[in-house]
Amino acid sequence: MPQRADTYPKMLNDVVRYVLLFLLAFLLFGLILLIFGKDPIQSYKDIFTSTLGSTYGFSEVIVAMIPMLITALAVALPWRVGLINIGGEGQLYIGAAFATWGALTFQNLPAWILLPLMMLLGMLGGALWAFIPGYLKAIGLVNETIITLLLNSVAPLIVGFLIFGFWHSPMDTIKTANFVPAALLPNFFDTRIHLGLVFGLVLLALFWFVMKYTRWGLEMRAIGGNPQAARRSGIPLKGYLIIVMCIGGAIAGLAGMAQVSGFYGVLLLNFSMGLGYMGFLISWLAGGQPLGILLMSFVIAIIITGGNLLQLTRDLPYAAINILLAITLFAVLARPIVFEREKA
Amino acid sequence: MMSTSKSNDSQSAKEPLITLRGITKSFPGVIANDHVDLDIYGGEVHALLGENGAGKSVLMKILYGFYHADAGQILLNGSPISIQSPHDARNVGIGMVFQDLNLIPVFSIAENIALFLPDLKTVLNQKEIDRRIIEISERYNLKVDPHTLVSQISIGEQQKVEILKLLLSDARLLILDEPTRVLAPHEVEALFGVLDNLRRDGYAIILITHKMKEVLECSDRISVLRSGRVAGTMLRAGASEDKLVALMFEKALAGLEINPKDGTDKALEPLLELRDVETHGEGIGTGLKGIGLKIYPGEIVGVAGVSGNGQKELCDVVLGMELCTKGQKLLYGKDLTNHSIQTMRKNGVAFIPENPLSMASVPFMTVLENMALTNTWRYARQGGFSMDWKAVKADVEETEKRLGFDVTLYALAKSLSGGNLQRMVILREMIHTPRLIIASYLTRGLDVKSAIAARQALVQARESGVGIMLISEDLDELFTLSDRLIVLYNGKIVGEFKPEETDIYEVGHLMTGHEVQHAAKS
Repeated sequence: MPQRADTYPKMLNDVVRYVLLFLLAFLLFGLILLIFGKDPIQSYKDIFTSTLGSTYGFSEVIVAMIPMLITALAVALPWRVGLINIGGEGQLYIGAAFATWGALTFQNLPAWILLPLMMLLGMLGGALWAFIPGYLKAIGLVNETIITLLLNSVAPLIVGFLIFGFWHSPMDTIKTANFVPAALLPNFFDTRIHLGLVFGLVLLALFWFVMKYTRWGLEMRAIGGNPQAARRSGIPLKGYLIIVMCIGGAIAGLAGMAQVSGFYGVLLLNFSMGLGYMGFLISWLAGGQPLGILLMSFVIAIIITGGNLLQLTRDLPYAAINILLAITLFAVLARPIVFEREKA
Repeated sequence: MMSTSKSNDSQSAKEPLITLRGITKSFPGVIANDHVDLDIYGGEVHALLGENGAGKSVLMKILYGFYHADAGQILLNGSPISIQSPHDARNVGIGMVFQDLNLIPVFSIAENIALFLPDLKTVLNQKEIDRRIIEISERYNLKVDPHTLVSQISIGEQQKVEILKLLLSDARLLILDEPTRVLAPHEVEALFGVLDNLRRDGYAIILITHKMKEVLECSDRISVLRSGRVAGTMLRAGASEDKLVALMFEKALAGLEINPKDGTDKALEPLLELRDVETHGEGIGTGLKGIGLKIYPGEIVGVAGVSGNGQKELCDVVLGMELCTKGQKLLYGKDLTNHSIQTMRKNGVAFIPENPLSMASVPFMTVLENMALTNTWRYARQGGFSMDWKAVKADVEETEKRLGFDVTLYALAKSLSGGNLQRMVILREMIHTPRLIIASYLTRGLDVKSAIAARQALVQARESGVGIMLISEDLDELFTLSDRLIVLYNGKIVGEFKPEETDIYEVGHLMTGHEVQHAAKS
């Protein structure tokens, strides 16, 4: 296969490019730190020691990575059939709400029944939420991008309504009562890393396998590559659009379930703060490639955890870390050309 | 502008207008042009002939600034120039008419032309533009009404507008990429008349084409490209079809072998029957009106018509891509009206669309993967968890042997030239001996050799009892291959003949909507 020979330098090229892009972003952020009157070198040292420099720090990075890894997959899968799912945020909320309903209603079930049930509920919630844009897209009525985006602001309101109206704990109006232990995902190695990591990794492997080896992967890639040709080849386009969108939603819903059951242990008002959008960003940066998603979610997790720490130790406003993220995003999207490439 | 081109006339005999020297261009794995030298003189029609992938299009795209040559020089009137973009090309008077015409349908002819003018003022002087259009169009017999919307004129007229566009923008070299492909016979004659006039006024014209007859009819000199090199250049006077074929291919070709047609056995049940089928015309599409059509096993039904008269809709209705709003579609007597495409395909319907790039291939997949797309269920193993690529490969290879042409399996589809893509699609659709083949513009973009192979494949299929609907604008092709001919005009069947009952001119007139009453005799 001739194209195999080309992949190696291309990959090297990509790696060098991304490393340079991140360096550029860090350089720019260093300038902003200077403007804030902070010592950039010291700050970067802090970020490093607080993330990769210690076991605890590393585990916190993984914890932050889990939901973003999963929501990135919720974007990457529909992307393969050409659907742009910005709705990870909303699907995550609805998934979390469904899972919470399970946790609150079936408190007496043992963990080995309750947890799978919550997972299924979370996925069902996300899938239902994604069915709306998926169906409307398939019948050719409206663009899925707009609808998923708009539904993102609806979902947290529904969760708020459920919490305020029905589920809030006696002491608190903005969250439910703590989940019973059976409704909590188990943690690993005495850290806050929870079973959600396994969900993410299994889904990632599954995504890679399905796309590369199965009939459905082939058909989905065909739809993404040329919907008209796929349709004329007898591949059921509408069915795929709806089902893949729902699966994407289900994945985001699972992220929501993992977040409430593994991280918070409670359903909190506005708990996500952009995890779904972060997933979109990661998937975009990674070009929808499984390995890239893993790497990118890790890198973004480092930035976010490091940023939280800067906020504490260096007294930086939280917004500062958003600036770093924004600069990163800008650097990658602008894609300054590092090496001249042959335009064929 | 006219005066400059006229004064060139006298020099043109001595010095070429454009000279290509040692043009070399390679793409990963392919050398598209290998040290090509070519002289184009003012006042000549220079035909560029060659097999698919011989490098004609790439060479012209280099000249027009789409690609950059790896090596070599372009000289204008003897001095080297650098053409980095189509914009540069237009600045030095090189213009190109593409196969797929590039007009904006909702604009009027004048607006389309104005957009292209190099000296377009900020405030349009509509009258001045109209005057120039009318002046030039009358001079070259390219009469158009500047105020008509492009969406309302025929393909042939659109082509005229494209040529006008170039003339008004002071082009002196016109590159026409397969201009006759979309034209009816009498329109082709008109086009050649226009080229004649242009040649007389000193314009240089490069004509890219596959059609040998046209080359001999209208060009002054003929250059043949083979595998990226110039295999030879000859004057028309010294050229013959045999000589050109010998230059294009190393060995002479076997012609198309068609066994004498035996009368189709009408006692058999039709494979496909359309009963009074109607569709909505979507957008600029033409809705079908009252289509009644039967296709029997072992016959080729040719569908003649100028493109855009319902051919696409007819194919799509049979395939199941478009829904019937009225009427019935029966396959082997079973009512399959508005069933899914997958059902139709599983029932043995194969489809070779008019545009393999947009309608039948996924660019970022390999050819092998593309081959499996219409039959994913057949190659899926373990309930879909894996694909049997060996079986796909074996099937493709077997079909390659049967049809007598082949494709590279592991290249990405987007790296294939138009003709190779068409071959890929033809191969794919023939893999599982279909029962009904819908072939739309089967030989479009194919060179002579592949075109013969593709037609041979259809004839082979017919002999084994397959029913075929062949849509084409190449009337010669239709008359040679078809057992029956129907003519589509404006979404209706306006004539049905046996090829021996009629001639090209009668069909040509029906295609363009003349004398419908007179000729609709059967």
